[in-house]
Amino acid sequence: MQDKEYVGFSALPSQLHRKSVKKGFDFTLMVAGESGLGKSTLINSLFLTNLYEGRQVPEASARLTQTLTIERRCVEIEEGGIKVKLTVVDTPGFGDAVDCSDCWLPVVRFIEEQFEQYLRDESGLNRKNIQDSRVHCCLYFISPFGRGLRPLDVAFLRAMHEKVNIIPVIGKADALMPKETQALKQKIRDQLKEEGINIYQFPECDSDEDEEFKRQDAEMKGRIPFAVVGSCEVVRHGGTTRPVRGRCYTWGTVEVENPHHCDFMNLRRMLVQTHLHDLKEVTHDLLYEGYRARCLQSLARPGAKDRASRSKLSRQSATEIPLPVLPLAETEKLIREKDEELRRMQEMLEKMQAQMQQSQAPGEQSDSF
Amino acid sequence: MDSLRQSPSPCSSRPSSPRTPPCEMPASVGIEAVLDQLKIKAMKMGFEFNVMVVGQSGLGKSTMVNTLFKSKVWKSTLPGLGVPTPQTLQLHSVTHVIEEKGLKLKLTVTDTPGFGDQINNDKCWEPILSYINEQYEQYLQEEILITRQRHIPDTRVHCCVYFVPPTGHCLRPLDIEFLQRLCRTVNVVPVIARADSLTIEEREAFRSRIQKDLKSHCIDVYPQKRFDEDANDRILNSKIRERIPFAVVGADQEHLVNGRCVLGRKTNWGIIEVENMAHCEFPLLRDLLIRSHLQDLKDITHNIHYENYRVVRLNESHQLPRGPGWVNLAPMNLAHASAGQLTSPRTSKACKQAQEEPKYDF
Repeated sequence: MQDKEYVGFSALPSQLHRKSVKKGFDFTLMVAGESGLGKSTLINSLFLTNLYEGRQVPEASARLTQTLTIERRCVEIEEGGIKVKLTVVDTPGFGDAVDCSDCWLPVVRFIEEQFEQYLRDESGLNRKNIQDSRVHCCLYFISPFGRGLRPLDVAFLRAMHEKVNIIPVIGKADALMPKETQALKQKIRDQLKEEGINIYQFPECDSDEDEEFKRQDAEMKGRIPFAVVGSCEVVRHGGTTRPVRGRCYTWGTVEVENPHHCDFMNLRRMLVQTHLHDLKEVTHDLLYEGYRARCLQSLARPGAKDRASRSKLSRQSATEIPLPVLPLAETEKLIREKDEELRRMQEMLEKMQAQMQQSQAPGEQSDSF
Repeated sequence: MDSLRQSPSPCSSRPSSPRTPPCEMPASVGIEAVLDQLKIKAMKMGFEFNVMVVGQSGLGKSTMVNTLFKSKVWKSTLPGLGVPTPQTLQLHSVTHVIEEKGLKLKLTVTDTPGFGDQINNDKCWEPILSYINEQYEQYLQEEILITRQRHIPDTRVHCCVYFVPPTGHCLRPLDIEFLQRLCRTVNVVPVIARADSLTIEEREAFRSRIQKDLKSHCIDVYPQKRFDEDANDRILNSKIRERIPFAVVGADQEHLVNGRCVLGRKTNWGIIEVENMAHCEFPLLRDLLIRSHLQDLKDITHNIHYENYRVVRLNESHQLPRGPGWVNLAPMNLAHASAGQLTSPRTSKACKQAQEEPKYDF
């Protein structure tokens, strides 16, 4: 028997669910950090893929002249009928050189380029098939061997924290004893606060959740930055009944999915199971909007609209809307200054003309000028 | 000593003490006794050993030193605590006298906090090279004095232990730059630090890649092949060279394992025993540095590295018309010095200075 007040829109979430399943998700994840911190292994473990199979690690002599490159790898993962198109952006060469000054600039430029591309697409005429290549999340790997964040880490995070969601993780965490892990995490948290770096904040759980859930949630959040271990191998050892992903040492076996050994499960849960969509939303609503506002504001100055036709419109755009091209700001300023000068000269000319007319009145001598 | 006891000589006299009355007629001359004399002298004088540890912060250098010499040479700290890494590279030495079975060892350890920690690490090896050359210079100045001390205090760096981070890939550009420059001036022993983050297979792969890199960049680490004196040395050192760089783990806490008290690191999945060869190669490093090659390290430093330095320095002041052996060594730019490359921008001034000074008669 149907309730008289039942309208029926409580079925909306399941409609959304069906639509999402049909459409699928796409997610772009960036991994950054020095080489040798287990980034590739972790990605393979997180998404149970072989994204980095056949990768050739460059030799030492090749590294001497290597510069930072940005690599993209795509994989489609399907689980429970839902398709995820995952793009992993890698930054090989970061932090490897003897002189790493400004080595983060290409990465920052890459992220801004994705925003720029999206802005262009969004302002374009055909918006049906916008490809979202914006970076939704950046996993930044911190070395377990340092005493907290290194100067390079701080510089990178400072340059990126307003442009992408940052989740810091401690790589190769099986190098640390429990006390060392705690001390390192605390030090990193203190340093992040000191340097004013805003990492991605996992949102608060709803007030109507039960206490147990809230406690677990708080405990998980307290473990940030996550200390992770990755492994592509499945091992079988005495401590477990079935084969597990792990690393076999002569003194014991580290189980990747064991919460007492590392925070891998926490990371996977928070990144993939619970907060994937939130990361995309924050990227769109906060970071992208911030970028867009900054861009458009720099154009909304007097004279800008008139100059739109004169400004250098970039590549394939068939639109009339002025696009954010950096040199525009400089040329705008110059044009304005010239305008001012012209105006002043015109005023002076008018004044001179007026004076000439006055002096031509009969009987008056005029001073020459 | 054993040959003495097993000697077929009818007289079982033991000429080990110089005060044994020589009334008996031993079949052997008794030259083996010299070894004992040396030992007694050594016990009285004691040994000096100077080590330098180089590597990024957090690679366990201080802990390793404590573990090697089984004493708290340095206070090792938890990560995150302790002094923040300095903005520039600073060198800082600590001297301890350790005693074992009546033998005294004056150990000096020089640490290099701040190495490789900055964003721009260009030329971060220069302060280290300066320091090493300064020690050679000090020794040289003492040596060329007319009235020399009986025992010149030896502050020269006998061994530089270089800590390579366990990335598992290969040597980094910074490692190569450093090793290339320092191997010409001092004995360098590279080790894979914090090796408990690598499995056995990963260690072997890493080690062979490092060995390939060292070879392709002509980096000659200790024990150097060209200084092997005879076949025995070669065999012994080849075995060591196969295993270089050693994958080491340091620890200064003791844990109970199977009823024994061992130095180790305790994690939730097991205890890493530092002195267990199945876990890490720390015993190999300890044996190399202390038990078998300590004297060899000192000898090579004195006979080869120091002599190279001396020859170059003396050649720079060769224009002086003084008596044989007298040199006026000009102060020099120590940061750019390495054997075969000592350039003094003030050589001409020094020569002029020398000509004005009074002559010494020999």
